[in-house]
Amino acid sequence: MPARALIRSTCTALALAAALSACAPLEPWVKPYERENLADPIMAFDRYPVSTAYLDHVYEAREGARGATGNAGGGCGCN
Amino acid sequence: MKKRTAGGEQLAARGARSARHPLWLRAASCALFAVGASAAFAGVLPEDRADLLYHRYDGGGIVIDGPSVLVRKKFADKVSIAANYYVDMVSSASIDVVSTASPYKEERTQYSLAADYLRGKSTYSAGYISSSESDYDAKTWYAGVSQDMFGDLTTISFSFKRGNNDIFRNIGGSKDPTFRRASDQRSYAVGITQVLTRSLIGVANFEVISDEGYLNSPYRSVRYFDPTSPNGYSYQGEVYPNTRTSNAASVKLSYFMPWRASLTGWYRFYTDSWGINAHTGEFTYTHPMWDRWTFSGSVRYYRQDAADFYADLFPRRDYANFLARDKELSTFTALTFGLGASYDFRIARLPWVEKAQANVRYDFMTIDYDDFHDVRASVAVPGTEPLYKLDASIYQLFISIWF
Repeated sequence: MPARALIRSTCTALALAAALSACAPLEPWVKPYERENLADPIMAFDRYPVSTAYLDHVYEAREGARGATGNAGGGCGCN
Repeated sequence: MKKRTAGGEQLAARGARSARHPLWLRAASCALFAVGASAAFAGVLPEDRADLLYHRYDGGGIVIDGPSVLVRKKFADKVSIAANYYVDMVSSASIDVVSTASPYKEERTQYSLAADYLRGKSTYSAGYISSSESDYDAKTWYAGVSQDMFGDLTTISFSFKRGNNDIFRNIGGSKDPTFRRASDQRSYAVGITQVLTRSLIGVANFEVISDEGYLNSPYRSVRYFDPTSPNGYSYQGEVYPNTRTSNAASVKLSYFMPWRASLTGWYRFYTDSWGINAHTGEFTYTHPMWDRWTFSGSVRYYRQDAADFYADLFPRRDYANFLARDKELSTFTALTFGLGASYDFRIARLPWVEKAQANVRYDFMTIDYDDFHDVRASVAVPGTEPLYKLDASIYQLFISIWF
């Protein structure tokens, strides 16, 4: 049951993070003016949305796995 | 004013970077960031843009090509609407088809409409996707919300998706009036995007998808030992369970290199109620050059185990309650290598176009199947045919404009 174990671990980590954050205020450690590198277009997760959607479609048709890509896709009879 | 409170070294570094990259490029960078990071950062609506793509897949006896058009437009900086038109023109003589059926041609058309509504640090999203082909209609709608927090270092998102599919069967080029099936799909997804350092950002996604209804293909068959047949085996229709539930968890990290390049790594673990476990890993390196060019290279690794009810050759007819010989449910390893290039330019005659970009991308996919044999080979003993291998070339040519 790897999925259940994953959910349990995630919940534990979130609960731990919440408990720790109650002890000391959590300050943003990267200020807005320090995000120039992250704002560079080459860092965008989905720089080419039309291309990403197409490749996701190809992979979903050729592979048995699906999901957790962060993108919304529709159904098709592509297998 | 906040920028002026930064230390002298940082200002010097920013000045040096400004000298390296022209102002229009930096402005375009911010615009692109807003587009590309829309899923990663709530509180920023996607930029107005239009994309026109030509795609072509050629491999395993299948050629699929067609256009895709995507247009996004903001209204009052509160709402962003996106529309997509996509076509697959299919010419198929795949291994499945040539072994038990006839080559065919068909066309799939997909329309989608999506909206994002920004309110404070929350973004509400909803969309509808309609896909239609001669023997398969799919209608999908989804809704989601994402929320910025911790000084915009963290974004969490939730989404729900539901799809309804109608499956038909074509015989001799026309629809079989006696055959109509349906399936239903629901998806629940959560995600968290986290700024980790000035140069490192990560995102984790978890998604549960559950299907119910007719999930197999009305055309595909399984083969079984049959001593009465001249070649030693015969075929019968495949039978799948009526339900399937999958869990997928992924982590992606993207790092900004000191020489202005990016390296992105992605890993996904997948498991489902049909017994398939899969691992996917992908690395992408992106490198801008000569002011206007950006090059990227990627490698993707995929490995899965077979479904519990998959077999290349069953011992006899009706061997089990569920029977599958879909190579996508077998054990295999896939490798995909990709190369891409994009060129930024301006269109002087169209002043309303802020920036334009031409892109070309090529991917080569190679799949080695561990337990799916090529039945086109003639052998004395069924099941001793050579293993099937699939090589595919994937071409993309597209133009994007920002307005």
